[in-house]
Amino acid sequence: MKAFISVFPFKGMLMGSLLVAMVCGTLVSPLYAQEIPADSLKLINLNEVIVISTAKQLDHQKQRKPLSTLDEFLESSRSIKMVKRGAYAWEPTMNDMASERLAVTIDGMQIFGACTDKMDPITSYVDVSNLSEAEIGSGQQGAAFGNSIGGGINLKLDKSNFKPTGWTGSLESAFESNNAMRVFGGELNYSDEKFYLNTDAIYRKADNYSAGGDEEVKFSQFEKYNFSVNSGFKLTEDKSVSATLIYDEATDVGYPALTMDVSLARAVIGSVSFNQDTLFGNFSNWESKLYYNTIKHTMDDTKRPDVPIHMDMPGWSETAGFYTQANFNKEKNHFFFKLDGFYNKSYAEMTMYPTNSNEPLMFMLTWPDVRTKDVGFYGEDHIQFKKASLKLSTRLAYHSNTVADDFGLNSLKIFYPEMEKTNTRFLKSFSAQYHNMWHDFHLNGGISYGERAPSVSEGYGFYLFNSFDNHDYIGDPGLKTESSADANISITFKKPIFEITASANYFRVFNYIIGVVDNSLSTMTIGAEGVKIYTNLEYAQLFNTSLSGRYSISNAFKWTGQISYHRGVDNDGENLPLISPLSYRSAIDFYKNQYSASLSVDGAGEQSNYNPTYGETKTAAYATLSASFGKRFFLNDNDLFVKTGIENILDTHYSSYTDWNNIPRMGRNFYLTISYSIN
Amino acid sequence: MKTLTYIFAILILSVSFVSCSDDDENVPVEVNPVEGLTMIYEIEATDHTVQIYSEKQNLEVGYNEISIRVKDLASDKFLSNATPTWMPMMHMETMQHAAPHSMLQNTEEPTVYKGHIVFQMASNNTEYWELTLNYTMNGEAKEEALRVTVAQPVDGLKKTQVFTGSDDVRYILAYVNPKEPKVAVNDFQAVLYKMETMMDFPMVENYKITVDPRMPGMGNHSSPNNEDLTYNAATKTYDGKLSLTMTGYWRINLKLLNTNGEVLKGEDVTEANPESSLYFELEF
Repeated sequence: MKAFISVFPFKGMLMGSLLVAMVCGTLVSPLYAQEIPADSLKLINLNEVIVISTAKQLDHQKQRKPLSTLDEFLESSRSIKMVKRGAYAWEPTMNDMASERLAVTIDGMQIFGACTDKMDPITSYVDVSNLSEAEIGSGQQGAAFGNSIGGGINLKLDKSNFKPTGWTGSLESAFESNNAMRVFGGELNYSDEKFYLNTDAIYRKADNYSAGGDEEVKFSQFEKYNFSVNSGFKLTEDKSVSATLIYDEATDVGYPALTMDVSLARAVIGSVSFNQDTLFGNFSNWESKLYYNTIKHTMDDTKRPDVPIHMDMPGWSETAGFYTQANFNKEKNHFFFKLDGFYNKSYAEMTMYPTNSNEPLMFMLTWPDVRTKDVGFYGEDHIQFKKASLKLSTRLAYHSNTVADDFGLNSLKIFYPEMEKTNTRFLKSFSAQYHNMWHDFHLNGGISYGERAPSVSEGYGFYLFNSFDNHDYIGDPGLKTESSADANISITFKKPIFEITASANYFRVFNYIIGVVDNSLSTMTIGAEGVKIYTNLEYAQLFNTSLSGRYSISNAFKWTGQISYHRGVDNDGENLPLISPLSYRSAIDFYKNQYSASLSVDGAGEQSNYNPTYGETKTAAYATLSASFGKRFFLNDNDLFVKTGIENILDTHYSSYTDWNNIPRMGRNFYLTISYSIN
Repeated sequence: MKTLTYIFAILILSVSFVSCSDDDENVPVEVNPVEGLTMIYEIEATDHTVQIYSEKQNLEVGYNEISIRVKDLASDKFLSNATPTWMPMMHMETMQHAAPHSMLQNTEEPTVYKGHIVFQMASNNTEYWELTLNYTMNGEAKEEALRVTVAQPVDGLKKTQVFTGSDDVRYILAYVNPKEPKVAVNDFQAVLYKMETMMDFPMVENYKITVDPRMPGMGNHSSPNNEDLTYNAATKTYDGKLSLTMTGYWRINLKLLNTNGEVLKGEDVTEANPESSLYFELEF
């Protein structure tokens, strides 16, 4: 293993601090103390919040499948679709854009996967037991979390936050029939007004799942466990410190859509925070956090039959960072300021074992120890009018990448003899979002501009094999900054029992980064069709629209439905990959007297806009039907909650556009969840 | 206040200390002119010795870079006006032949004479290589002959090609650099000689050797941005670029073209023809 030496970019951060001090200074000086209470507003205006926490009794029952994986929770969101390479570690996409175009954070912490083949989206390093909710911001509404084009997702950790609940605990278990998934979890919490401690643990183990028609999907097993500890201590009435530690380890994870599995994916995520209710008299909710996380990811092909060449592909990713943020209110203006920075090291290598064992091992660096420094300032002003509001926000960031390993630098110089060791960018984001209420109508509209730097793979990847389009990918350190201008609009008609929303957004992404075939290059991976170089297209266009509704049929019955359509094309009008066809979902939920039930249908139309250049084939239309049933019992003061359900009742054999290499999805599945909480 | 004065004094002292040691480093250190080389032979004559150095531990089939110096025992100094020449000769049972070699020339170091010999074959019990050295000492011509052992390279890799071209000329192509290949664009260097007679191996100028590195173990993977070997009149070698995308076993497929661009030896690598008959092998 490569030893990393921690070098923190003090210089860059110092400059960033100065910048923010100047900006704040100019804003602060003419203002007076405010009277508006600190918590009156949630200043990050989000498109959607998914409630995940398993311990919040009432919410819990409304969830159709309480102990499902985080991936399933995210997939239930209106705006997120998950790309699947197996049963585990799905990759979130938003507005038809994946990891590199999204800012995904855990409690505000930047974390980057250590796998060159995107087998470990950072959502795979936390579990539902850790989280209270997922905050989702589409487009530049997610810029508070980091530079992004498609949006931002922040997974909020579950904390007691000095609520006077004393000791509480719960035990949970679930079983799923299709892949014999066993889940065991528990948590133990103590909280009073001065101190809290939250601990939880969860363990999941699943065998291969079966697709519709009882077809076993080999190498779809997984096993993982996750522990976390959260604690906070009040120093004074308005000051507190808190700390978080998460340990997550997955072993024996199969990826049926890929040529390799994973023998270890391990993350250690830690942070310490300092919170103060006010700052300089004018600011409120001042929160500062220092964090560090380290990930090790080891791919494994030893269990696969007929591999042309055995290879080891370990990867490491280490990130240290900070943020400090505060609110500031002045009359109609509600400001939110955040200064953040991180330093990431991404290193991945590949060792291949030649068939002729007399030959030396074949070694290359697939991620050449890329050091990424980023210091950003985010500011927003939420201006309240009588019946309308306007939110203006901006993110300005200094971003640099350096190839720290000479072996890696020399490797890339084979392709780019003139390349520099370091690449520096200044990233900007601006957005204006307007909301107006007129009788029962809500109008939301906005325009924004955002930029992002290429990901480590896009900039510095070295022969990364993509099994979807069967090409080796090589990064380009000279890629231009990708930028996007987007507009969104949504209209909601809202009555107490009835609500309907029509929304649409359009992204024009300039210098869109995607792999383009270079016929002059020879493949590295045996059996690959060719080599693609990450290239800036002149532009690409993405259009997403959806219609969703909610109707309360009675107090007990509620209907929800959603239909969406997406389109993505490049500057030649060619289809972009992984763009959703027409898709829909609809459900009837019942909830009365501690009984809950649901019946839902999920489906998609035929994927007619696909692109074979990216390995896509036409995915057929499908629909699946699922049902759930739950009951809550009171045992003395404690709660027992039982939920059971069937997914894919008709055992449909199908795959969606998000399924890597069209691996079929899970067939009929019965699940049972039991939670016992001690209050 | 007093402690502060002390600290100040210590600071000043340490600064002056540092500056002193800086001065010391400027004193020139005598450089050993044969640093990193191994003395593989030493000929002891009455009033002088001849030392033969190589980068390797012994002479091998293929390209050998050899350094020579002559020490006058009377003055205990190495000569800088020895003007040595040499001739390697293979004594076989029925015949004898020479080997391609360069002139011996002064290097930056005036007492060290450097040149190279491309041995086409290894020596054995009955067939041996003899290296004859001619030089002058104090205006007097000297000659020494030395039997040398030439071994096959231990790694068993093909780095020397002796072949007859389509023009019926016998050629000797030998790999020179990179000595330590890297995952990078390497400076690639080779020497090309032809056999005019058994004793005469002139250097071939202005031909071209195309370069196509492949990894047979990886489905004949190749690399971009290689540069063909072309003649460099200054160094009298063929220079090009060799890109190696990973460590491992590489077969460098070559094609020799004369000044008219006619192929004298070697073939293009295609799906049907995975390798050229003219090649070098590398492992690292």
